[in-house]
Amino acid sequence: MASAAAPPHTVQQGLGIRFDRVERRFGSLVALRSVSLEIIPGEFVALLGHNGAGKTTLLRIAAQLMRPSRGAVKFVEARPDASHADPSDKLKDEVPDVSVKALIGLVAHSLLLYDELSAAENLTLFAKLYALDNVPVRVSAALEACGLASRATSQVRTFSRGMRQRLAIARSLLHSPRLLLLDEPAAGLDAQGLAWFSATLERLRGNGCTVLMSTHARNESLDLATRAVVLAAGRVRHDTGPGNDPRPLLESLRTEA
Amino acid sequence: MKALRATWTLFAKECRLEFRTRELLTATVVFSLIIIVFFSFAFDPTPAESRRYGPGLLWIAFFFAGSLMVNPSFAREQINDTLDALRMAPVPSFAVLSAKILANLLFLSIAEAILVPVFSVFYNVSLVGIVGRLILVLVLGTVGLVITGTVFSAISAHARMRELLLPVLLLPFLTPVLIAAVSTTISLFGDARELDRTWVTFLAGFDIVFLAASWILSDFLAEG
Repeated sequence: MASAAAPPHTVQQGLGIRFDRVERRFGSLVALRSVSLEIIPGEFVALLGHNGAGKTTLLRIAAQLMRPSRGAVKFVEARPDASHADPSDKLKDEVPDVSVKALIGLVAHSLLLYDELSAAENLTLFAKLYALDNVPVRVSAALEACGLASRATSQVRTFSRGMRQRLAIARSLLHSPRLLLLDEPAAGLDAQGLAWFSATLERLRGNGCTVLMSTHARNESLDLATRAVVLAAGRVRHDTGPGNDPRPLLESLRTEA
Repeated sequence: MKALRATWTLFAKECRLEFRTRELLTATVVFSLIIIVFFSFAFDPTPAESRRYGPGLLWIAFFFAGSLMVNPSFAREQINDTLDALRMAPVPSFAVLSAKILANLLFLSIAEAILVPVFSVFYNVSLVGIVGRLILVLVLGTVGLVITGTVFSAISAHARMRELLLPVLLLPFLTPVLIAAVSTTISLFGDARELDRTWVTFLAGFDIVFLAASWILSDFLAEG
């Protein structure tokens, strides 16, 4: 696996997101109840909660794959003159919804990959859809980075769960997203894969990419989080807020778990 | 330009998946050949009967082949939720839909290119002198069938009994196309071997209307 110190592309500025009293219903089931959150550009937010707490629903709404039943979601970017001393001052200019798709990356529960296409074909397809330049170079770099260069021409259906997950992560990063949404991204990764994934996240955080990661309290990558949000029964139960150390809350959740 | 490039990229993906798995073509060609060959032996029609009833049989075979073919168009995007990945990509929804329409059109045209000569031999219907006009009718009818079928494939993709649901939904909408296509083919196979311009115009109009409708509905259809 290539070193995470050699990033194929860099993120210039993170994209923030504002959930304003977001509610989502599935028939009589209320998955999210009036969730209001402001994720500052460049934040690394750990989204925690038990199964059914509403984490995946919130991420799918953030990815624009689902519309809220009530409330609104806005994407925001930092003002060039924002004060770095006050993190909340960064959340200012709204980004129009039409231009936001190319700025978001998603690692979902499902792989979002075609089993009958090879690893290289999958990445090439999405690189073309995102209208990236130097597609072969980017695809090679991405495969090298996730340690699948030697299996570039193998069909995804022949991959192990961990290899598929690494490719899914590589696919989500191909277009250098400014907002990365991760839904239990470490599922299936072995120790080597986890180390690569943590190093990748650390590099993204250093580059200013906003990360919203749904995971459980024992995930090692949580040490990178700059903020923790806990959902319970579709509501925000705890939020350490921007600029506050999330480690005490994460430690208490680990103890609970 | 961006939409055209995205359509081409997605069309190439559809073709690559199909020619790698051969899920659709093999099943539809074999199924349609069975219909045509079995009916030929069962009824042993005279050349006059073939010219009169053959077009109906031919378009029934195309309809069932088309139903089988368009069914997995959106359903197979559910395997790894790849439709979500396409929806997240910065491409117009119509690019996703039109790539699938074009791919289904290509696959059904390949099936027809195999079925029509077999029909001609087994039913003793000469195609000499009418090939160009027959291709026009086949293209217009197939475009209507494929556009409508692909749209309904998107609608029924999340349904539990989609294999049953799709032909049931599709048949009422395709009845005008099938009537027009059969009538035009009968006039073409008849003694005068003429193209019925009224039905041809109707087929072209149907294709344009449904193509426009699919463009208008593409955002809704992509949401699944």
